[in-house]
Parts: sequence; structure tokens; C-alpha cells
Amino acid sequence: MTEEYTKHEYDVIVIGAGGAGLRAAIEAARSGAKTAMITKSLLGKAHTVMAEGGCAAALQNADPRDGWKVHFHDTMKGSKWLADWRMAELHAKEAPDRVRELEQWGAVFDRTPNNLINQRNFGGHTFPRLAHVGDATGLELIRTLQERGIHEGIDIFMEYTVRHLLKEGDRVTGCVAYTRVDGDFHAFSAKSVVLATGGITRCWSVCSGSWEYTGDGHALALWAGAELRDMEFVQFHPTGMVWPPSVRGILVTEGVRGEGGRLTNSEGERFMFNYVPEMFASDHAETIEESDQWVEEVVSGKLATVRRPPELLTRDVVAKAINSEVKAGRGSPHGGAFLDISHRGEEAILKKLPSMHHQFKELAGVDISKEPMEVGPTAHYVMGGVRVNAETQESNVPGLYACGEVASGLHGANRLGGNSLSDLITFGKRAGEHAAKRADTLAQPGIEDAQVQSAITEMLAPLNREGGENPGLIYDEMRDMMQAKVGIIRTKEEMTEAMDDLAAFNERQAACFPGTSRKYNSGWHQALDLKNMVDVSTAATLAALTREESRGGHTRDDFPGETEAWGKIINIIYMEDGEMKVRQENVEPMRDDLGDAIKEVKSMIAERAAEQAGGGN
Amino acid sequence: MGLKGKKQSFNILKGEGEDAELQSFDIELDEGMVVLDCVHRIQHEQQPDLAVRWNCKAGKCGSCSAEINGRPRLMCMTRMSDVVAETPEGQAIEIRPMKAFPHVKDLVTDVSWNYEVAQRIKPIKGPDTMDWEFNQMEADRVQQFRECIECFLCVNTCHVLRDHALFDDFAGPRNLVRLAQYEMHPLDTEDRVPEIKKEFGVEYCNITRCCTEVCPAGIQITDDAIIQLKERVVDRYYDPLQRIWRTITRQKVRY
Repeated sequence: MTEEYTKHEYDVIVIGAGGAGLRAAIEAARSGAKTAMITKSLLGKAHTVMAEGGCAAALQNADPRDGWKVHFHDTMKGSKWLADWRMAELHAKEAPDRVRELEQWGAVFDRTPNNLINQRNFGGHTFPRLAHVGDATGLELIRTLQERGIHEGIDIFMEYTVRHLLKEGDRVTGCVAYTRVDGDFHAFSAKSVVLATGGITRCWSVCSGSWEYTGDGHALALWAGAELRDMEFVQFHPTGMVWPPSVRGILVTEGVRGEGGRLTNSEGERFMFNYVPEMFASDHAETIEESDQWVEEVVSGKLATVRRPPELLTRDVVAKAINSEVKAGRGSPHGGAFLDISHRGEEAILKKLPSMHHQFKELAGVDISKEPMEVGPTAHYVMGGVRVNAETQESNVPGLYACGEVASGLHGANRLGGNSLSDLITFGKRAGEHAAKRADTLAQPGIEDAQVQSAITEMLAPLNREGGENPGLIYDEMRDMMQAKVGIIRTKEEMTEAMDDLAAFNERQAACFPGTSRKYNSGWHQALDLKNMVDVSTAATLAALTREESRGGHTRDDFPGETEAWGKIINIIYMEDGEMKVRQENVEPMRDDLGDAIKEVKSMIAERAAEQAGGGN
Repeated sequence: MGLKGKKQSFNILKGEGEDAELQSFDIELDEGMVVLDCVHRIQHEQQPDLAVRWNCKAGKCGSCSAEINGRPRLMCMTRMSDVVAETPEGQAIEIRPMKAFPHVKDLVTDVSWNYEVAQRIKPIKGPDTMDWEFNQMEADRVQQFRECIECFLCVNTCHVLRDHALFDDFAGPRNLVRLAQYEMHPLDTEDRVPEIKKEFGVEYCNITRCCTEVCPAGIQITDDAIIQLKERVVDRYYDPLQRIWRTITRQKVRY
């Protein structure tokens, strides 16, 4: 039986309407391409709204010593030297203009005393670098792009979910989607398709992601023949809420620590002083006095003359430290650590961290201007994703582009806070620009009915079953399993079990039953998401099993510590004859001038640290 | 108050349009739950096809607006301990979709009207230079408006729309906030006052402050946005001294 569907034709289709998708669509439309944006939520609701702390760009407003070379160095160092250096270079060079451009489109960032965009400190950034609006920078970014985007002539399809990429030979020629509201089907012909679908962190039960984070783009790309890289690297943000259970995982911005927040254990000890890794030892404070002085200088707008608190180490380090404290029996009552910002006073907290104040008051009954928060690690971001060309953001499949969290390369083994929002706008623009450029040279592809019909048959399968499990139950159990077996600390034994479990979940998802209605059936939508979640969880587990060392967002209990060999290797996940495979590739040696830039910044930081260690109390 | 293990009944509007009716569900509660957790539990344990719109579950995206016990609220930011306390013992907690918008199914409504109005508002127009300079006090004036999460609870509550359905003549509180945000932007030079009066009908608002009361972002919609826009309309259209001054100084403004 054939199902009816509606046909559309575009030059460029952007899938996803978060920061990266919006920025890509704006650029494609401005380049003259007939552009559509397909989003599975309403416009302006994407996960970008949850970004809090800021957007990293070496604007040099808060500290003139900053510059693209320092930002480049910080990103590479934070990535444990596994990032694609060309992406890191482009990002560091282009982010400032992308931020200023946002302001011209209506964003209102917090100001410096000189009336410019203010910048705050964050983990791993040598200088204050994050343009921000209180602690709701993501909302500012998405709203600005949304308010600009609707005037660019982009056709926006809201609450449409893409389930299949159309192909002609090797290249991608469009996509097939269902509408959430009515369960109707639509086939889009497109000369270029840009994936901007965000991440995969809904695969873990304690996560900071919105419901959309089911790895749609990762799965679509994999099924269409694209390669994924770095899938073992999942960032567990050190500070999520831990209590009450229903809010476990909701993000507590790194901005709290950037504004002087102190981490303590149940014995009242500032434990981060015990966890400073050697590579960061010289540029972090050694005493509470030094770290307090840093906070005092920075919050009063001065240039820091001493070294920063160890609370501002990179996210992987802080997350593992909290995890170790809890394991050693020094956790807070609900299994986390204490994070205290109350010493900054109510007025400063309401100005700089208003949504944190609101969130804790409303959801946990805690007044953070008077008492400490309880925080613990939460699955926050996947560094891995579609492998793309640094300049164009095109994948190995012609016509298929990716930008934002679904793409990979910029963050290597660990992403610095603030480098995500800047990633979205920098590489969103590039993806849109190059997708439009490609479209300019091609004729409109046809829509092959057989491909569309087979995609529709797959989509309708759950509704046509006689009965079966509730997809919600499978969803809950699978997330608990990933949390337990492929979480922050990993072992071969548990991950081998996880691979078997995932195979079993795959069978269960193929037999689940969400009822028969096509009209706004949340269970049906979830049943279809389950397939992506199984496949991206498998990709993450397979890559994690392969990497026999610990680095950044990948920690092996059975292989503690980094190895030199793995420091030069990335894992590539791909499909071959319907089977998921992994292979290793060597990292390309860094271009000489960039290597020189790294050396230059390193010696600047060393000199500065020596000065500050001398100048501090 | 401990919620763990407590049995609770819910009456949730189920179905489409005219055929929709309240259906009863019983679940066991856990500590610290919010209303959205309960809806998810009902989905995962009993009714997978129950329609509900949500994204972040952290009060930042504004997707899960509903009327809980008759009060418009975000389901993700409404704690069950509060709702249980306000509901008489033995009575079910009632959850309905927003009433002012066309019903789609169960708890989902069609809010596309808000997006259509937004499309008609002229965007920010400022200087062409890259580095815009303005101070924090100027930023403060508009930053409040930019905290809007577009939950549309204000629109749902506004009697101009909810009771009188003047959707063709009035922009609604959310989009008036957007207009205020553009109009008060320190560097914006666009003129939107004639539209604010005519097309967007700011004069329909009679300052009952219902919108402000339900705003989960705490935006002073009435006092800081709508009344400011009304004043701009009054200055342009009704203030004789201003009109004379504009004539003398030969200022060109649109009416």
C-alpha cells in the first residue's frame, strides 16, 4: 500500500533550529539559496536556550592580553590536544566577529565600564573571554537569531521530525519527515542538507539535555554513510543539580565558579586543591588566600595579578574530582559536593546568576544567596559527532553538512565551557555558506518514490503492531543502563555488557507499541527516537571500548592515565554492510605556524604564572 | 512535606477539540516531583499516546504551559508539593491545555498565531559599525524583556484574547514585550509607533495586569512594557504641545 506525502523543493535544507541551525539557515538564505529549516520543536525552544554561562570569543574587551592565539591554545589544551587544529584556528579567529554580528542583530550582552561587551572567566580560558547575559546567554543567542532569521525569507517547518535522508548514488538529495501534530508525511528535495540537530545526552539518565537530545542527526548521518569521530568523548559537566530526584541532572552553570563559587566536601574542605593535574599545576592558585584574592580582583573588574582558583579547572577534571570525593565517603547528603556562592551577597547573585537563584528556589527550595547548593556530574555534551571538513563543514557524504554539537573536531577529548555557543555561530555560518555555494552549481534532484515509501513504512511500523511494550519503559531502562555502564568511569567488563544490553534494547524497541493514533502521539515519536538512541549509544560504547586509556571526557578505571600512543589517534565510527564498525586514524601533525603560536602562548602563560606566584600572598 | 509513596489522582483533558473530555489517572508520587514528572509517569506507565509539549524541563524553553487546577503555569516549574497542598484532600488535580489557543490534542494547543504576529514586527536597526557601545544602565532597560521564554501564558491569560478573541486587532502581551524591547533598545532607530497603535492595538490593554501575574520569568509586562508603549502612542498622537513642537522644528514623523 502506498502512503500519500507532500513534496517540497529547496536549494538548502537545514535540519534543526538551535543556534547552529538558525545561523546556517540565515547564511544560506543571505547567499541567495532557497532555504528551509526543519525543526522537531517550536521555533526558539531548542536546547540552545539552556546554555547559561556565555559565548567564548577573544574580543579583548575584558583583558587586552587576550587574542586568537591564546584562545586557540586554550581550546587545543582543553581538548587534550586531540581537536582538529584547523577548526580550532578558524573558531578562535572568527568567533569575535560572529559575536559582534549578534549584537547588530539585537543581542544585548552585559557591558564593561567602557560600554563594550563584557566577558567572564571560565574553566580552561586563560583570560576572561565569555560574552554573556547574566546566566541566560543561550536564550539571548537563540532569540536573537530567531528574531533575525524570520526576516530572511527562510521557510520554517515547525514540529516536523526528519527520519530519513534521501540519496542518489553517493550524495544526499533531501530528506523525509513526519509532522508531529498530524502524523502526515513530507519529502524534501534539496541540493544540500545541513545537520544541526544537537547532541545525544538523553541517552544517559542523569543529563542536562532537553528531550530532543536523542542523537537524531548522529544517526541520520551514520545511516547515510557518514563517518563519526570522537564518540567516546562525552562531557560530564561537574555541576548538575542532585536533589530532589526529579531535577537530578539539571545544569548549574560554570558561571557560578567563574563568579567565585567554592566547592567543598562534607568535611568543609576545598578539595579541588588536591586535584590539580600536572599540566595545569603552575597556573592555578595554591592557597585559599590566593584564590580569594583572584576572585576579589576579577569581580571588581581589575586584571588578575594572582592565579585562578582550582575550581576553574577544565570540566573533566572537576567532574572526576567530585566523583572521587563522593566515592571516598566525603559527599554531600544526596551524593554530590557543596557549591557555595553565598559570600558574593544577594545583590551580586541576583544580577549575575538570576536563573540559578530562581531554579534552586523553585525546584529545590534552596536560597543560594544564603546556603550552598548540592551539585554532581551530569551528562552534558558529546564532543563526538559527524566528521566534517574544517572549512566547509561537509561530511564525507557529498551534499551532507553538519554544524554545532552534531559535528565534531573542534573539542577533541574535552570541550571548554563557552566554546559551544561560539562553535554554533562560527561553524553554523560556514556550513550555511558552503551548503549554498554547492547548491548554486547543481540542478534540483528528483524525489525517488521508492525511498520515500520505504521510509514511511518504517515510520508507521510501531503503530501497526498488535501490541507490545510501552516505549517509555524501554527509554527509561536504556538510559539507566547507559548511566550505570558507560558513565563517567568506565571498564571493559561493563561496556562489554552494555553492548549486549544495547542489542537487546534494539530488539525491544523494534517490538514496542505506542498506540495506533498518528495525531500528536508522544509515544509514537518516542518509539521512533529509540532507534537513534540505540545506535548512537552503541557508537559511543564501541568507541569507548576501543580507547584503552583515559583522556578528557573518557575515563577508564582499567586504563587510568593518558598514553602517548592514543594521544595521536582518533576513533572513526562508520557503517559497513549494515554493521557498525570502528577504525583508528592518526591525527594530522599541526601546521608549523600554529605550533609556533602554541609555543608563544605557552611561554607567555609560564612567565605570567611565575610573576603571579611571586606577586601573590 | 514528604510525597514519596502518596497516591494521587489527576484529571487530564484527553482527546481532540469538541470530543475532548477529562480522563482520570492515578499514580504514586516521588519526592520533589513537578507536575510534568507526573505527566511523564502517566505516559510511561499507562498512556503512551498522551500528547504533551515539553523540551527542557528546567523552566527555560517555555514549552509546557498548561492550566493546573485552573491556574496557568509551566508544568516543569510547578512543584507537586505546592499543588497537593492547594488541592482539597481526596480531590483530583486537574490539568487542562491553555484555553485561549485552538486545541490540537490532550494538553497540546496551536500557538502559531504568536509566531505570525512576531513576523510582522520590524527588526532592530542600529549603526553599521561592528563595535556597538552602550552602557549597562541602557542594557538593563531591555534585558528584562529578553528574559521572555515565549511560554505564551500571558497571551493565554489576557482577556482581550481569552475572552474577546481580538486576535486580528491586538498583538498580545508577548509581542508587546518584543515591541518594547526593540523600541527601548539604546541604538535602534526604527519607528514602530504607528503600528503599535493601529495594527498591534496597544490601546486594547486596560491594564488589569493578569499577564504580569502569570509570567514565569517575572517580567513586569504591564508596567515596564505595555504602559511605556502606550505613552509613546499618546506622545505621538494625542499630546498637542508635542505636535506643535514637531511642527515648529519641522520634524518628520509617521502617523
